[in-house]
Amino acid sequence: MNTTSPRSPSSQAPFLSVSVTDPAKMGNGVQACISTKSSPKTNLPEYQGHEKIVIRRYSDFVWLHDRLFEKFKGIFIPPLPEKSTVEKFRFSAEFIEMRRQALDVFVNRIASHHELRQSDDLRIFLQADEQTMDRARFQETGIFKKKPADLIQIFKDVQSKVSDVVLGKEKPVEESTPEYEKMKSYIFELEDHLAEAQKHAYRLVKRHRELGESLSEFGKAVKLLGTCEDDALGKAFSELGAKSEIISIKLQKEAHHLLMHFEEPLKDYVRAVQSIKATIAERATAFKKQCELAETIKFKEIDLNKYRLTRSEKLAEAEREYEMLKAEGEEASRRFDTIVRLMNEEIIRFQEQKTSDMGLAFHEFAKGQAWLANGIADAWRSLLPKLEACSS
Amino acid sequence: MMGYENQTYEESHLYASKEEMESLVLDDDSSNGAHRFSDPLSSSSLPFAEIPTEQSQSPNSSFNSILEPPSYAEAIFRSFDADHSSPEVNGGHDHSIASPSSSPSSSSEFLSISVSDPQKEQELSNSLVPGGTTYVTYLITTRTNLPEFDGTEFSVRRRFRDVVTLSDRLAESYRGFFIPLRPDKSVVESQVMQKQEFVEQRRAALEKYLRRLAAHPVIRRSEELRMFLEAHGKLPLVRTTDVASRMLDGAVQLPNQIFGETAGGMVDANEVAQPAKGGRDLLRIFKELKQSVANDWGGVKPPVVEEDKELLEKKQKLQDFELQLSNVSQQAEALVKAQQDIGETTGQMGLAFVKLTKFETEQAVYDSQRTRAADMKNVATASVKASRLYRELNAQTVKHLDKLHEYLGVMLAVKNAFSDRSSALLTVQTLLSELSSLKSKIEKLEAASSKIFGGDRSRIRKIEELRETLGVTEDAKNSAVREYERIKVNNKNELERFEKERHDDFLGMLRGFIVNQAGYAEKMANVWETVAEETSGYAKHGMTAWLVGTTTMEALAFGSMCGLNFLSNSNLSFTSWFCATSFAGMSAYTSRSSSSILSPSSRGNLPLSQGGMVSASKLTMETLN
Repeated sequence: MNTTSPRSPSSQAPFLSVSVTDPAKMGNGVQACISTKSSPKTNLPEYQGHEKIVIRRYSDFVWLHDRLFEKFKGIFIPPLPEKSTVEKFRFSAEFIEMRRQALDVFVNRIASHHELRQSDDLRIFLQADEQTMDRARFQETGIFKKKPADLIQIFKDVQSKVSDVVLGKEKPVEESTPEYEKMKSYIFELEDHLAEAQKHAYRLVKRHRELGESLSEFGKAVKLLGTCEDDALGKAFSELGAKSEIISIKLQKEAHHLLMHFEEPLKDYVRAVQSIKATIAERATAFKKQCELAETIKFKEIDLNKYRLTRSEKLAEAEREYEMLKAEGEEASRRFDTIVRLMNEEIIRFQEQKTSDMGLAFHEFAKGQAWLANGIADAWRSLLPKLEACSS
Repeated sequence: MMGYENQTYEESHLYASKEEMESLVLDDDSSNGAHRFSDPLSSSSLPFAEIPTEQSQSPNSSFNSILEPPSYAEAIFRSFDADHSSPEVNGGHDHSIASPSSSPSSSSEFLSISVSDPQKEQELSNSLVPGGTTYVTYLITTRTNLPEFDGTEFSVRRRFRDVVTLSDRLAESYRGFFIPLRPDKSVVESQVMQKQEFVEQRRAALEKYLRRLAAHPVIRRSEELRMFLEAHGKLPLVRTTDVASRMLDGAVQLPNQIFGETAGGMVDANEVAQPAKGGRDLLRIFKELKQSVANDWGGVKPPVVEEDKELLEKKQKLQDFELQLSNVSQQAEALVKAQQDIGETTGQMGLAFVKLTKFETEQAVYDSQRTRAADMKNVATASVKASRLYRELNAQTVKHLDKLHEYLGVMLAVKNAFSDRSSALLTVQTLLSELSSLKSKIEKLEAASSKIFGGDRSRIRKIEELRETLGVTEDAKNSAVREYERIKVNNKNELERFEKERHDDFLGMLRGFIVNQAGYAEKMANVWETVAEETSGYAKHGMTAWLVGTTTMEALAFGSMCGLNFLSNSNLSFTSWFCATSFAGMSAYTSRSSSSILSPSSRGNLPLSQGGMVSASKLTMETLN
């Protein structure tokens, strides 16, 4: 039909599609992890030629994430699923599937982000052979990787600054435009709300499983009771037991569906918000740097003037340093401004994306629940004619 | 469906007006569970309601419980009878009326009992304890048209002790019957006895007990019950004296018995009909114990054999039944708990989303947030609704599955009835042994005596005495046999009644349970289908769920999905509309994408949807105009 909107891309527009599939255990013990295949179908020039399949491990994804985080400050880097610390759970089919899905989403989000998709790191990730990938990974760990403790401290700083501003305390090295403050407190509060919703969603998955189990047990017991009854009634009991089992299976199915298509998206939402918090921290750092440099430059100016007046020998040196500082200062400002600009764009993108993500998640949730409820109603209803046969 | 029509006929037949239906509902609440024979509405004033048909009972009570929440009834009606649109029971049904089965004799007799108004009363200082103790009495109100009773409506005050007396007397008089078990005596302090909760529990338990008695076709006509319900003032039933005092009584008689003297200690034939108990029957207890040991060791083969092979089979079956019943009852409890849990968690999640919705709405800077808040609200509301439905479902489930617990109680009564039979048999066997030993004694004496010419004076006298005893014992034995036979007949009849009632009750329970589950599942399906509708715009064609192309502020247009979400903003700015466009080549994401809805330049140039979103585009078109 009509695709004349100026916003709709033409059919030659570049696209990049990645799928993360076939997770498999490699090795055992603590070192073992998940390998996946990436197969981008694309016609972006860099990715020329068709499909490419590579094997990657979880830490490769982490590498990609960290590299992007370093290089694209201001952009909300798509979040990664957590590393699981519980051994037993790590290789359960369910966990593997959850992770695969999350990683798939992760890569595709990167591949569809206008800026991120252009990164070299992505290209390495999607196309390089294993050895190159390993080398790249070993190189980068330790240098760029922020320790979790640092991140936590940064979050704490940002959080305390948010509350300080709210309380009216003045902290000099902190940007505090009302809009940005609002956005920050929004993000922090949002995380709390989302975490709660996600917690209940996870519990709901469990409840479905529990109901399924107890219905199955109930059905078995009813079947046994039916053997004590006469023909017609005994049969009815037996049918009840059979239906209970069927419904129990439906419940287990819906539990899984709920997990993958509702709880996980919610979890992803929480992670996305945490990613924003990381960017907020970056912005704070950049702002601080900019301010500090500005301060330093001011002092340097004072020194310069002093040297000029005293015709000191240090003048030339000082002038050189001053120029360097100014360049640095401009660079810092540029960086900061970029972050601000990007964040402004990103927040819009984020909100839009979350609306559709959640819209879909809600839809899946409702669909699943409706499917379950209809299945249950049908199963029970089908028993009634058999009951009627008994009541003669 | 036949069954359904059956039910509604009964309903419309029974409940003349909606008002009565409401009061019916309340009564069902207060009566706390369906009853086996008489209706759950015993305290209502409906003359029809007491039709003691097994068939109608459980469907009755389950139907009644179905009616309680009107929304649910709607679902039931809609699903089970497509022709009838009216949610009212009484209105608009003109299907063929199937007549419910009813027991022929008692189609209009009723005996309805209610227990209320607990009050503290002071014990008259008969006891040695100064100050006296308090006890609680309950008002027992009866309405009946049974001819045995003097009146049609009357009340008496009774205390728990009276109930114990009643129960004991019934146990004595109705051996072999499946007599409902009375509530437990509680060995608690008087302080607890007077607590509100305890008193209320006891009141409810008493009511249940009395109603069960009233539902029993034989016991409802008993003199004991009548006196309990009707006789004013002190209960004129003799209390079974405690063992201690009977021991004291019996001690006087004991020497005579032990030494075989029967003069003045004539065995009362009627007493034989009672099981041995108390001090007076000490000797009898000894003898019966000896006999049972002899039986166990297979010594003397008792001439009266427990002939009923069939009965033994039945007993085994009943044992199996009880085992399975207990198992189901346990699983039922677990099921109810699981249903409760899922309902609670659904509700909690709903509330979490309500908070989120509020938060997003208040904090919204972008329209995408408002849209999301609207979506969230739908889900939140639906979750809360579903949670409520789970709660209702569960309340009904409990009522239906309560039958299982009830029958566990019945099984105890069955066991009592069978043990009545065993003990009666034991009495017979004991007497037979006694007879045989008396006879052999006589023989011996006669043989010895005949050797002496002219007879042996003392021996002859002895023989005469023994002959007397023999005669008495013979009478006693006959009486015992009669009693045993009587109990056997009672067992048999009760067993038949039990089987039939159980069949009907369980059938009703199943039906109620299933209808309940199906109805609520339907209701829930509706709730969720609506939300699925409302969010259908986000649906993708089986691609990776929840992966959306990202929009940037730039030309790349793919981003959010089309939804039919629109805000109350009546000028319908395009910021509030999503539309779907199919987008060739975007196979990794979705087959659709949307125009950038935030970009003002898309105004006036809204792409139409493709593929499955015809309705969305139609709506777009209409509103654009």
